[in-house]
Amino acid sequence: MVEGRISKIAGPVITAEGMKGAQMYEVVRVGEERLIGEIIELEEDRAVIQVYEETVGMRPGGEVVGSGAPLSVELGPGLLRMIYDGIQRPLEMIKNETGDFIQRGVDVPSLSRTAKWHFTPVVKEGDKVVAGDVLGEVQETEVITHRILVPPDLPGGVIESVAKEGDYTVEDTVAVLKTADGRRELSMLQRWPVRLGRPYREKLDPEEPLISGQRIFDTFFPLTKGGTSAIPGPFGAGKTVSQHQLAKWADADVIVYVGCGERGNEMTEVLEEFPHLEDPKTGKPLMERTVLIANTSNMPVAARDASIYTGATIAEYYRDMGYNVALMADSTSRWAEAMREISGRLEEMPGEEGYPAYLASRLAEFYERAGRVVTLGSDERYGSLAMIGAVSPPGGDFSEPVTQNTLRITKVFWALDASLADRRHFPSINWLRSYSLYTDAVEPWWSRNISPQWKEFRVKAMAMLQKEAELKEIVQLVGADALPDRERLVLEAARMIREDFLQQNAFHDVDTYCSPKKQFAMLKLMIEFYDRADEAVSKGVPAKDIAEMSVIDEIARLKYVPETEYEAKIEEINNKLQEELMALVEKYSER
Amino acid sequence: MAVQMKEYTSTTEVAGPLMIVEGVEGAGYGELVDIKLSNGEKRRGQVLEIAGERAVVQVFEGTKGIDTRDTKVRFTGETIKLPVSREMTGRIFDGTGRPIDKKPEILPEKFLDIHGAPMNPTGREYPREFIQTGISTIDGMNTLVRGQKLPIFSGSGLPHNELAAQIARQARVLGEEEEFSVVFAAMGITFEEASFFMKDFERTGALEKVTAFLNLANDPAIERIITPRLALTTAEYYAFDLGMHVLVILTDMTNYCEALREIAAARGEVPGRRGYPGYMYTDLSTIYERAGRIAGKKGTITQMPILSMPDDDITHPIPDLTGYITEGQFVLSRELHRRGIYPPVDVLPSLSRLMKGGIGPGRTREDHANVSDQLYSAYAEGRDLRNLVAIVGEEALTDRDKRFLEFAERFEKEFVTQDRDEDRSIERTLEIGWRLLSILPERELKRISSDYIKKYHPNYKEGAKEGSSEEREGQAEE
Ligand SMILES: Nc1ncnc2c1ncn2[C@@H]1O[C@H](COP(=O)(O)OP(=O)(O)OP(=O)(O)O)[C@@H](O)[C@H]1O
Ligand SMILES: [Mg+2]
Repeated sequence: MVEGRISKIAGPVITAEGMKGAQMYEVVRVGEERLIGEIIELEEDRAVIQVYEETVGMRPGGEVVGSGAPLSVELGPGLLRMIYDGIQRPLEMIKNETGDFIQRGVDVPSLSRTAKWHFTPVVKEGDKVVAGDVLGEVQETEVITHRILVPPDLPGGVIESVAKEGDYTVEDTVAVLKTADGRRELSMLQRWPVRLGRPYREKLDPEEPLISGQRIFDTFFPLTKGGTSAIPGPFGAGKTVSQHQLAKWADADVIVYVGCGERGNEMTEVLEEFPHLEDPKTGKPLMERTVLIANTSNMPVAARDASIYTGATIAEYYRDMGYNVALMADSTSRWAEAMREISGRLEEMPGEEGYPAYLASRLAEFYERAGRVVTLGSDERYGSLAMIGAVSPPGGDFSEPVTQNTLRITKVFWALDASLADRRHFPSINWLRSYSLYTDAVEPWWSRNISPQWKEFRVKAMAMLQKEAELKEIVQLVGADALPDRERLVLEAARMIREDFLQQNAFHDVDTYCSPKKQFAMLKLMIEFYDRADEAVSKGVPAKDIAEMSVIDEIARLKYVPETEYEAKIEEINNKLQEELMALVEKYSER
Repeated sequence: MAVQMKEYTSTTEVAGPLMIVEGVEGAGYGELVDIKLSNGEKRRGQVLEIAGERAVVQVFEGTKGIDTRDTKVRFTGETIKLPVSREMTGRIFDGTGRPIDKKPEILPEKFLDIHGAPMNPTGREYPREFIQTGISTIDGMNTLVRGQKLPIFSGSGLPHNELAAQIARQARVLGEEEEFSVVFAAMGITFEEASFFMKDFERTGALEKVTAFLNLANDPAIERIITPRLALTTAEYYAFDLGMHVLVILTDMTNYCEALREIAAARGEVPGRRGYPGYMYTDLSTIYERAGRIAGKKGTITQMPILSMPDDDITHPIPDLTGYITEGQFVLSRELHRRGIYPPVDVLPSLSRLMKGGIGPGRTREDHANVSDQLYSAYAEGRDLRNLVAIVGEEALTDRDKRFLEFAERFEKEFVTQDRDEDRSIERTLEIGWRLLSILPERELKRISSDYIKKYHPNYKEGAKEGSSEEREGQAEE
């Protein structure tokens, strides 16, 4: 092992001498308290190390010991339901050791060494296996069957022996593999370096939507399983609520939620809430499919960088088992700022706004770890990893480097808008600025599963909102009175789409989740409302009278009608709409 | 390792708030430094960087008078600790924690590291307890809860001090008489401003529950780096050791940030936006995140930082980074202030993120969330129409629009406006809200469930007479 001495300490970055033989990104232990650090620059025998814990009190001359391995995470049963810090230490254990406030120097394993898991073998003696093949299964939580895989960095081989069905700890040997390089004992525990994407056989184009139950996402700016999306917005615009909504309702199998440099209470909220919320798909508590990574804003800044990679690696691990995984990172700006801070301490040449020149490539590498793949292994498993990154641009100005570099990579842009948030239009996503490059990709899914008319209605609604924006400019100059009736009806219909469809209250028991079927039914109703009303207007009914029809109020309350009752309600509304319109047409044709 | 008590006279450089000492052995990063000037004056500092035998020390009281020949420097081997005790309540300290009220020294019960440590998210309890401040724009639309960090974004010349003092005076949790305490930290505010607060505390008899740390405008700027940390260390002791409910007022965070910038500039760091250091977000979070509650502990820390937005610009890095960390913000508006409206809280950019957990049945009232939402959207619409009227004239408005216009007008006069010592109960606030909403056609109240309309809308209230409940509620209630 390499052993050196601290020579300089400046915040989270220390310099050590006598480090010849150390490797870039190697994990080291620093000082008397053996704090965890990572080498981020090497020059002859001098190493620059970012330390993942508070460095106060550290002195020159202190010992620095190499570990010989890069920063890695532990993978195996027991990840789900956990909350980890940025370098995968379980926060619950840290609390048991040091109390309600986090002290440094705690050394606890990421996965329990004593917990027993019920292992059921899938292979048998003499079977030929390759990397990625399933050796056995563990029911990790009520909803997730954990597949124990032949590690991706192993060559294939023949099973020499496999454990009988029974309870084992993660370190117990569950299979012995005869490979070309010799005999290998395999346990349920694997390690993987966080900065290295886990391998897969083949990447595929995304095709299935990641349904979130949020109307503006699913219907207007859809994300896919394996897709990438960015949510930039000023403070208080709704990034975290959107991310929480996705973590709650997205129809992924596994959720990895990374709280990167944000508030402690927001993680506590998830911890308190998720065990009590039911997954609409399985009916089981949401926590059963969730892994949390928390590096709150006041935790050591270097670990912020690690938290993102830790999250991505755990997410890939479940993808490799053949699951659809979604990763939320709130907020990637804090990660970028951590890069900037460390880079500044390294006295690197700053790029735009002080960010290091490699900002763009780091972001690109991160989002490239998303995707739908054919996993390793001989059984043609499909898995996916979708990534949703919140971005916190200073002053809400999207022209800054983190937002711009992120938008260059991600395929979906959910643009939050402070002026919408100010008027409590939530989710405050600007429908004119946002986009999704997956709309065509998911069209067949909607067409097959919901309705072939999905695209048509979607396009009509968008056109209406676009038209509204144009008309509003005119209204600003001359007042609404000056508009012809048909255009005033467009304003009314667009208002309906905005307020009664796009607005969705995350905190309302019913409105918080809207199934794709209901989304479509609502949109259809609104478009049909417009078409019929337009016909009535062309027969002489004033737009003003239409806006005063009582059926409009019922349409407005449709979002609060439970999933089991909305169909009947829509039928009722349709009939009423018919009647009210007919009455109006009659009234005005008599004159 | 043995504690280094060696005295160094090897200061080689003094630059702004920093001094550089050479030949240092065994000093630790971040530790406390005692400095003795040639005239015998004592100061304190902290190690900011240590490279080999060269230490960069930041001097809290400023470097004026420090020389490179006679100044003696001692590295204490310890981080900066604050002696704390229950006896600190009712006392006044300077910005570095020395008593300035001519009363005896504090007999410490404990010494606590002023930098604190991050609260473990698994140890936190999500704050949900409603604090009634008696101010409608806050209670009704941006509810404060116990353990929240909620700053006031203000501008020079706006009545943020009056508002903060009113909140400190009136804040209470309904149905409870628990031990509470105010920790007040002043950073670079004027003597007059500080004295306004102290007099207000005195007038209302709260002074004995106040612990004040005062760094005034003429005190050393670098001291401001530690003043809020002293206050929060005290608050943590009160809340989590003694079980008190603590309200921490930090004013003015803008001066704190200026001090941070000064140090960064002196160190020759690459400046971030507008010259503030790139790590300002992280630094501020180590202050603001020291609020909240801990599961199983009785005490809480509620934080109310005050900051003046340079040039009223909410996108300026100081309010911007603050807003990204705190759990909402109260924004004061110069326009409302100019029109004589007190408190000039502009509700539209204001926000309380913890409101949803603190209101509703059993906490405030079942219709609270709906009413608040409706007030927001109606007022936003009214304000838009006001702009429109400026261009097209009121004649161009429909009858419906005119009502929204009237709503916005009366909202500002009746809901926002209140007296400096008017303590409205939450019922009263909601009632005013309903009265204003009744200006609008009932079908426009889309954010309110029809059940609540039937139950609370003035139109459905039998024998409801305008003005019958006009008299003020508040203290008189008990
Ligand atoms: N879909 C929604 N439904 C209801 N309320 C919402 C919704 N989205 C956001 N809000 C409201 O807006 C507030 C701010 O949202 P959120 O905390 O997500 O902002 P943010 O963009 O993450 O801000 P920051 O950058 O400071 O973390 C929430 O506390 C909530 O009151
Ligand atoms: Mg957020």
